[in-house]
Amino acid sequence: MSTDTVTEQPLLSVRNLEKRFPVRGGLLQRPVGWVKAVDDLSFDLKRGEVLGLVGESGSGKTTAGRSILRLIEPTAGSIRFAGQEITGLATAEMRAQRRRMQIVFQDPYASLDPRQRVRDVIGEALVIHNIGSRADRRDRIAALLEKVGLSADAMDRFPHEFSGGQRQRIGIARALAVEPDFIVADEPVSALDVSVQAQVVNLLGDLQRELGLAVLFIAHDLAVVRYISDRVAVMYLGRLMEIAPSDSLYERPRHPYTMALLSAAPDPDPDAPKSRMLLDGDVPSPMNPPSGCVFRTRCPFALPACAEPEARALREVAPGHSVACIRDDVAPAMATGA
Amino acid sequence: MDADLTLDIRNLQTHFTADSGVSKAVDGVSFAVRRNETLAVVGESGSGKSVTSLSAMRLIPTPPGIIAGGEILFRGRDGQVRDLARISERAMRSVRGNEIGMIFQEPMTSLNPVYTVGDQIGEALRYHQGLDRWAARAEALAMLKKVGIPAAERRLDEYPHQMSGGMRQRVMIAMALACRPTLLIADEPTTALDVTIQAQILDLMRRLQEETGTSILFITHNLGVVAEVAHRVVVMYAGRIVEEGDVRSLLKSPKHPYTRGLLACMPHLGQRRGDGGRLYAIPGSVPSPVNRPAGCTFAPRCALAEPACLAAEPVLEPVGPDHSARCRRWRDVQ
Repeated sequence: MSTDTVTEQPLLSVRNLEKRFPVRGGLLQRPVGWVKAVDDLSFDLKRGEVLGLVGESGSGKTTAGRSILRLIEPTAGSIRFAGQEITGLATAEMRAQRRRMQIVFQDPYASLDPRQRVRDVIGEALVIHNIGSRADRRDRIAALLEKVGLSADAMDRFPHEFSGGQRQRIGIARALAVEPDFIVADEPVSALDVSVQAQVVNLLGDLQRELGLAVLFIAHDLAVVRYISDRVAVMYLGRLMEIAPSDSLYERPRHPYTMALLSAAPDPDPDAPKSRMLLDGDVPSPMNPPSGCVFRTRCPFALPACAEPEARALREVAPGHSVACIRDDVAPAMATGA
Repeated sequence: MDADLTLDIRNLQTHFTADSGVSKAVDGVSFAVRRNETLAVVGESGSGKSVTSLSAMRLIPTPPGIIAGGEILFRGRDGQVRDLARISERAMRSVRGNEIGMIFQEPMTSLNPVYTVGDQIGEALRYHQGLDRWAARAEALAMLKKVGIPAAERRLDEYPHQMSGGMRQRVMIAMALACRPTLLIADEPTTALDVTIQAQILDLMRRLQEETGTSILFITHNLGVVAEVAHRVVVMYAGRIVEEGDVRSLLKSPKHPYTRGLLACMPHLGQRRGDGGRLYAIPGSVPSPVNRPAGCTFAPRCALAEPACLAAEPVLEPVGPDHSARCRRWRDVQ
């Protein structure tokens, strides 16, 4: 199951993570079933590494990010951060760890309190974690604002006075205020216009490198993910389908779902090959996922054996490249255009 | 209006009154959609692309909005040309949903949750084409099959919430095309969908257009989607058209610095960050529609801007066959 061959101790180690949500129904709103939003997710993240997490809606990527920070409680599995198991930690201990793990949210309009001045938006975490004196904090906030490309006098203004891109810069400054080692960036540029998106991606990339941050970069835009990530993980219906170094995943995808995702991404180049691998149908209901490989109901290459439990296993097929697919013959055939 | 045009918008002005002044959301926009053609209008938020399409459907909320000037010439099924900016609301009701089909971004908000999809598709057919209940139902079923909905007989009696986002968008398309419109206006129809579903819907729209010959006005912010569906493209920025042309020359050799910048700042699948690599980014942000800069509206963000650009707005001038750009320095855009 484990694919980790690194000698260096990973900063974050997630094993068999599961998050189930009850589905309530009937007159008494009793649980009538369960949805496994995240099912058996395992991966490692090194210090200073960017792992892209891609998937479509319902893939569980956002739930995974939030469970890892324990913003929602995982129902099973282990999360080790900097050598410490954090799944069982009490509130006070967790708060100490949380200083080192932060999140940047998707919607810069919803994630900033409209009644707080920017100074308080960013300063709140400093106060909670008891960092610096009052005067210190002001300087720190000014420095943070400049670091994310805003002027220091932005601190006395309210979020509504800023554009979407500027708000996302404020969100990044807030996450960086407590000097974390690890950031979950949950669709941080999806709500922004294309011209502004590039500014924010560049900023995140620069800061990540400068500060040596480990980042879990969650997104559905495959091109942005490749651009920023060292490694990429692909999720579908709560499960990990494929995980590999970026170049390997984009140039030699092994999972039919990854291939379909890559071929569906629209390319503005009119000369780009339009050999589309169109998937049939929709993602099945997560309440009743297919047995075996969860992708098999839409997979053009599915075999009867794909319905067996063994078809779920993630196998390493190249160094650092693991895939949950029993068909080794698909990728070579696709590559030669057969 | 030329005989091969379905829609001819001339000097459209759509304004909104706000506390801070009059916002010229659409400020003198002219373009035409030909028969059998998909015209994409591209732009970012605040460009006026959606207000343009809402104006063409006469769905601008008044007040605060008003179509302050210009013509929206539309050729109906009978070949007659009418100015939609001038006709009565009553006359417009017989055009909307009948001769002009509409698809919006979020199908859940455009579909009525308390009626079955069969009833909703049938309603337009009964209202506009005077079909009886059974004929409308049969036609609705045929449309659901046409847009590729599996088990259409069963789906006909389902409600929108029982369907996935992709299925709902197929229902919207079935509804929009049920009355055989001459023009389909699609405002970000795939933006809320996942990429694999988006690919299905774009494929469907292309196929249906080939079959029916309907003209499509396709509003989007995504240049990748433009390359997939459009024959011609209009690029809008701050309420104005900045570039227009056939899809190939516009995407291959853009002549306006804004279009060029938009293309450059989209990472493509093969692009790696590598060491120290950065994405091209257009500095600054879109100007406020109430207080636009004089001269070229893009000049404050443009690397090629010179004093003359700030003094007077450039005209939309031809830069090639079926290709024009509003930039005095278009020859320098590489």
